[in-house]
Order: sequence, then C-alpha cells, then structure tokens
Amino acid sequence: MAETQRPGGTSWQDAQLAAALCAAAPATLGGVLLRAGPGPVRDSWLALLRDWLPAESPQRRIPVHVSETRLLGGLDLAGTLQAGRPVAERGLLAECDGGVAVLAMAERASRATVAHLAAVLDNGEVLLERDGLSGRAIAAAGVVALDEGLADDEAVAPALRDRLALHLDLRSLSIRDLAPAPFDAAAIVAARDRLARVACPEDATEALCGAALALGIDSLRATLLAVQVARAVAALGGEDMVDAEALDAAVRLVLAPRATRLPLPEQAGDENEAPRESPPEQGGGGDAGAGNPAGEEASASEGAMQERLLEAAVASIPADLLARLQAGAGPRQRNPGQGKSGALQRHRLRGRPMGVAPGDPRSGARLSLVATLRAAAPWQNLRRDPAARAGGDAASAGRAGTGRTRPRVVVRREDFRVTRFRQRSESTTIFVVDASGSAALHRLAEAKGAIELLLADCYVRRDQVALVAFRGEQAELLLPPTRSLVRAKRNLAALPGGGGTPLASAVDMAASLVEQIQRRGGTPAYVMLTDGRANICRDGSQGRQAAGEEALAAARMLNATAVRGMVIDTSPRPHHSAEQLARALGALYLPLPHADATALRDAVQAGAR
Amino acid sequence: MAPAFPFTAIVAQDEMKRALLIAAVDQDVGGVLVFGDRGTGKSTAIRALAALMPKMQVVAGCPYNCDPAGAKPMLCDSCVAAAGGTPLKTRAQPVPVVDLPLGATEDRVIGALDLERALHAGEKAFEPGLLARAHRGFLYIDEVNLLEDHIVDALLDVAASGENVVEREGLSIRHPARFVLVGSGNPEEGELRPQLLDRFGLSVEVQTPRELATRMQIVRSRDAFERDRAAFVKKWQRKEGRVRRQIQSARENLDGVDVPDRVLELAARLCMALGTDGLRGELTLIRAARALASLEGREVAGEEELRKVAPSVLRHRLRRDPLDEAGSGTRIERAMEQLFS
Repeated sequence: MAETQRPGGTSWQDAQLAAALCAAAPATLGGVLLRAGPGPVRDSWLALLRDWLPAESPQRRIPVHVSETRLLGGLDLAGTLQAGRPVAERGLLAECDGGVAVLAMAERASRATVAHLAAVLDNGEVLLERDGLSGRAIAAAGVVALDEGLADDEAVAPALRDRLALHLDLRSLSIRDLAPAPFDAAAIVAARDRLARVACPEDATEALCGAALALGIDSLRATLLAVQVARAVAALGGEDMVDAEALDAAVRLVLAPRATRLPLPEQAGDENEAPRESPPEQGGGGDAGAGNPAGEEASASEGAMQERLLEAAVASIPADLLARLQAGAGPRQRNPGQGKSGALQRHRLRGRPMGVAPGDPRSGARLSLVATLRAAAPWQNLRRDPAARAGGDAASAGRAGTGRTRPRVVVRREDFRVTRFRQRSESTTIFVVDASGSAALHRLAEAKGAIELLLADCYVRRDQVALVAFRGEQAELLLPPTRSLVRAKRNLAALPGGGGTPLASAVDMAASLVEQIQRRGGTPAYVMLTDGRANICRDGSQGRQAAGEEALAAARMLNATAVRGMVIDTSPRPHHSAEQLARALGALYLPLPHADATALRDAVQAGAR
Repeated sequence: MAPAFPFTAIVAQDEMKRALLIAAVDQDVGGVLVFGDRGTGKSTAIRALAALMPKMQVVAGCPYNCDPAGAKPMLCDSCVAAAGGTPLKTRAQPVPVVDLPLGATEDRVIGALDLERALHAGEKAFEPGLLARAHRGFLYIDEVNLLEDHIVDALLDVAASGENVVEREGLSIRHPARFVLVGSGNPEEGELRPQLLDRFGLSVEVQTPRELATRMQIVRSRDAFERDRAAFVKKWQRKEGRVRRQIQSARENLDGVDVPDRVLELAARLCMALGTDGLRGELTLIRAARALASLEGREVAGEEELRKVAPSVLRHRLRRDPLDEAGSGTRIERAMEQLFS
C-alpha cells in the first residue's frame, strides 16, 4: 500500500481510507487531524469527504476567529429586536449534527474554541448557558482540524488532538500522488449500517492495547479510538469481525502518529517513568514478525499479532519523529496561547470578554445586546408613555415594520452597554544560560541556583519560562515556553558545562523565541547569564574577535525588538565584554562578583521592577 | 439524552470514585477537584455520579430546589412566605448535576433580570442562574483551570457562603445556593487560582493505568457501551442500585457516626506535621473520614478511614514547593508513616 509513500507522510490510500472512515462514523471517531498546507491535495481530500458524507449530513467550515456566540449559538440579534423577546439562534456546532465540522487553521484556534469542540466530541451535544438563554442542542459531529502549522511550536492543542482518532500528514503528497478512490458513497452507507454489528475479538483488543503501551501512548482515549477505527475499517470492508487488515489500518492511522517512543526494549532505558509492562516477545526486533503460525499457543499468536502491529506502526512513524524518538524526546507539548496574531486587531475588540460597561458602541466597541436590553427593560413602561416619548431623543430599536410607529422596545443612548475585553498577556521569561567552559569553571552551579529561585518566582506569577543553553557548537533550546517548572528544573539540572561560547547563536535563538512569543500575543523578557566572552561563530568556526563581533551584531538585532532584558555577568570580576553585550542589547547589566544565588535573585527582581 | 456510562462500570481510579462518593454522602465536605492526564475518565465518572444519586425532596414549584425539611436560612424567601405555618407541597426530584460550560456568561451563572418578562410586561423578575439550579446538587466545571476570572470570582463567594446574593440591574435577590463543586482539568493547561483551590474539600490526581490488563478491561467495557448503550446500562443496573442504596443509608446514618478523640488528635497532628494552613484541612479530614465510615456501614470512624482520605484532603493544602518533584502525595504518605506507626 505504500508505493507512493514518501518517508514521514501518510500515503494517499490511507488518506482516502481515513476520509471514508470519517464519512462513515464522524461522531464515533471524533474526526481527523489533517496536517497539510492549503493546496490541491487538501482540497481533494476535503472534496472526497464531502462526496462521501451522506447528503443529509452537513459539512460546515469553522473559521479560526469564530465567536463563541456563533459557535455555540446565542441570541439572534435581528430576531430579538424584531420580536421584542429573546430569540435563540442555533450555533455552528449544532448545525453540524450528524456531519463534520471543519476547523480551519486549527493550530491557531483559541483555547475557548478548542474547549468547546472537545466538549461536543465528548458529549455529543452543545450546552448553552449564555446571553440569558439556556438549552441543549444535539450535536453528534466529527471535527476535521486543518493544521497548517510549520514549526514545532505550532500544533493543534493537545485536548483536541487527543480526541480526533485519525491523524494524517499530507504535507509530502503532491497532485501526482492522487489516485481515484477505491470506495464510493454506497459503500460508505453500507458501512454506516454495518458498523454497529462489527465485533472486535478479545485478542485484537489486547493487541491494540499492547501496541499502544509499547509505543508509549498514555491516553486511553487513543486506544479506544483505535478499536473504533478498526471496527469501522472492518465495516467498510464488509466484514463482521475486526481482522488483521483492519488492525493494521488502525495502528497506522491512530496509534503510530501518537507514538512517543519506539517499541524496542533497549529504548526503555530513556524512559524515566514507572517501568511499563513490556509486551511479550519483543526481543526479536525485526525477525519475529515474519510469521508465527496461528495454530500455536494462543498467547504466542497474540504476541505475534502485536508484534506485527508494532512493525506496522514503526513503518509509518514519520522519519523526523523517528529520529527525535531515538534521541529520547517525545513530541514536544506546548501550551497554545490565544491564537490571534498581533497588530491587526484593535484592543477594544480583543481578548476575553470580561463583563460589560456603559459605553458608546459607535466608538468601535462591541455592543452587548443583552446587557443593553436589560438596562432598557425597567424603563419600558415609562418610556412608552406618550408624554415621555414626546421627549424626543428616543431611539427606537426594532421598528417591526414601516407601518408601525410604536417601537416594541425603546432604547436610549444611556442604555448602551459595550462588552469589555481583557487581553490576557502572558509573560514569558527566557533564560539564556552560558554553559561554556569559561562560565562553567566559574559559576555555572551558582547560575543554576539563581535560576531555580527565579523559577519559583515565575511560578508565583504564573509566568511561562523558556530555557536556552549554549555551549560547544551552538545554542540549544532546552525548553520551549512552558509553565511546567518541574521540567525546567529537570532540564537545568541535567545541563552539563564545558566547551566554547557560541554567543551569537544564543542571542539568535533568544531573538527567535522573542518573536515567537510576541506573535502569540505574549510578553517576553529575557535573562542572559554569561561572561560575554564569545569564541564560536555562527558557522561553528573559532575565533574570539569574529565571534565577539557576530554576537554584538546579533545583540543589536535583538535590541531592535525593544524587549526587556538583562545580562548577568557571571565572570569572576566584572568584565567589559559582558557589559558591551548588555549595551548592544539595550539590556540591564548586572555584574555579580561573588554573589550567592539569593543575591542574584534579588538583583534580578530589582531589575525587573 | 443518551444514557451515561454507569459509575460502577468504571474500572480502576479508586481514589477518584471514593472522593466522589464521599462528596455524595456529605455535601459539606466541600467539593472534589479531579486533576490528571487526558483520557482517564474524569468527566465520565462525574457525569456517571448524577445517575447514581438518590432522589431528593424539594418544595414543589420552587425555582431553587428548596428542602422542605429545611429551616429558615435554608429556604428561599418565597418558600418562607408560602410556608407560613402550613406544610409545603413537596415532590421528589433527581439530584441536579449542573454543567458550568466554559463559555458561560456571568448573567447565566448567578442569574439576572428576566429579559422576556421585563420587555413584555415591564416586570422586574429574577431569572435564576446555574447556581440556583445547582442548589443541593453538584456544580460541575470541566476544564476548571481555564475558567474566566470573573466567573471564578462570582463562584468563590457563593461557594463559601452557601448563598447567592444578586445585586444588579435593579434587582436585589438572595437565595440559598449550596452545592458540591466538582472540577476537573489537566494541570498542563494551567494552574488553578489558590483561592479556588481552597474551596475544594478533596482533590484527586488521576493517572492513566499502566497495566495491560486494566487497560484492556477499560477498552472492552467502553466498546461494549458504545455498541449498545441501553443493554450495557441494563447490565449494570443492579450494581448501580446497590451503590445508590449504600449512599442513601450512609446519608441517613452520617450523624450517628462517632469520631473518637484519638482520631481527632491524629488528624490534628497530621495537619501540624504537614504544616497546612488554617483549620479547614482538619475539619475536612474529620468530615471525610466520617462520611467514608458511614459509607462502609461503620458506626465509628477510625484510623483506617483517616488514612484513606488523608491524601485527597490534604494534597492541595500543602504549601507547595513548585520545584519539588516528589509531589504532595509522597509527603503525606511519609507523614502518615511516621504518625500512624
């Protein structure tokens, strides 16, 4: 099946299979995480899904900036004014019932959007409690999350990713790979009918559970979804029982993309979590999967089945992921912030709503209709009084028709209420730690101690932290922005010292992190602990003079972002190179001759204020 | 609404189930917080609890689910007025488990002016919110750590006082709102505000089971449930009934459970050893131990009960060292080892 497959991606056949599965059982499977750039391949896939979904099943596109009201349903503005009483409007999610919601640019979706989608996937209904309305709407829908993320830090929120059964990566496919579909709409309809009758035998369940464990997939939801996918594949193939082929497909589409480690016993060493029960007979690695005859002992054949599944999984794990897994690091998890990107939006309209206030909607603020009506409501009897109305400046909202002059609701300017928003701007502190030989000699341990104390402060303020270390050839991002201080501490403790000082590379990395954080709407700040004596250039060559100049040039670039920062000189005596760096960065310079960790922290805190 | 997954069919996660049952027996224990990995059945368990609760008696027609047996502070104004010496009309009703969805607006949570009546009839009427609906039941907040701050503020006060005071839009209303706050969330996505953390009596950390057998059992039962919900629920009906009766009798016998001085002293010493702030930890410890004893059909709450509930009660009350990897659970275990030897 993998003729046209390039390393790392999903083959078109699998993608077609996924579309068919999604069309057959959207709500049961949760849906599809589709990693692909916009283009003909993605469009063809979506068109396939549209064709295969039964005619009565809707497919709605949810834009990334969808408002909560539109998503969940809420007050129908026009209808409410027209009728003079609250009129509810169905939300997008309720409209998707029985079909599929396509979430565009899922990697930029806000937390709230993700949380609502997750709730719908869990409960199959939308719970509405807003704008004075309350109700439930059935919404058994699947979600297709279109992920256009390029970098590692742009990924769909884990809460959503976990609930979507099928993970596809079509980035490596081109139009030439597209082939006609092996299914048609009739087959999908037949599969829909058959699905409830398909059984999943005991040993198949066990094989899937074992494979999930061996691949280091903690979430049980993944295993549950794999079982459902296996059943759906069998239903699509006209079977009444989950067979080997269905299991293979489930592993390829559900388990393999979620793997956090390789299913080899040697690999268990770099997992510091509790020892897991390793599946039986995996010692062989490559040779055992060839084929135990099924006639042997039952457990042996189960083991073989699982082995084969694991091989299928390894074969379809993307190559770059494979490399990373071998290096012992799982896919990075990150905390998606608000997904709106800067400057274009006005502050008054941005962020999370936090209550309402009297105000004038014409100045660009968003009118809160419910609050406005509420403010107007107590006065209606008075205002309807002809004498009061003669007063003149009554603006009538909701003139029902031209024939009627008497407004249903009299709203005056003082009733206007606008929604206030608050932008939750998270601050992220980037620690850039010099672990080179010169620094290590002097006071790497001390710097580590100081950072730990600073981390505790970050915890108190609910800040995020990121950690960049540099030594030897180049800087390394030890920890992408996270709120998990335990991870930060662990990474820091494991940081070895020694080697050259690639300062330019470190400043570059800090700058790119700063940009990343700003793009997400956060407020970055950095703390650089170094003696400033660069001796490694960006290209890895040595030379104090050239490296120093490069570092200063990089520093001036970072300075242009006008981000708050400070340089802590870790050399034994205050040294002009660190001071020079601080000046180029436009950062605060703190020489620390023989200070202990607490003094260092105090200095940083004083500087931060 | 589709039938929920039965509570008794939930595999493993004993601490979570125990904490929820304790909260079901004694509402004053103060709520349950369930924090943990994705896909561990947090929401499933909490929703399942709703189906398990015995019915309760409420004043007929009261929007706040008032308890007919309640005295004045537990009754809303209209019930007090209606009572006036004569017995109130009552009816049995399932215990409410109210969802507070993430997007909920303030007016729906605390209640607000009834827009329709105000616009139509020009009346100033109060439309009760979620807090009113949750009175005497459960208020469930999924992803509690992502809740908007202004909603949290509204919740904090009500959860502490058991009364919802509404002063807005020309309304001046107060009504009882005593509910068990149940929150769930994933700590990776954000911390909980300390004030809100303090409102939870019990906190549970759930983890994905790592044994193949357990995982298989979960997958199997979940699959059976998905395939035929009605049949699955029916299969567990008897067991559900048994636990329901257990809760019922535990509630009735709760006041009769004795807590000897020795156990009180142990609780106090445990809290002192761990350096928990305030007295709330001790009080909750005793309450939870008593509820657990009652649940197990005992008349005396002993050391055993104390041991079982201590981790859930104290876990979130320890002054936290954010960099201590050992976690609060281990510290509690250690302290108990020393005290209870």
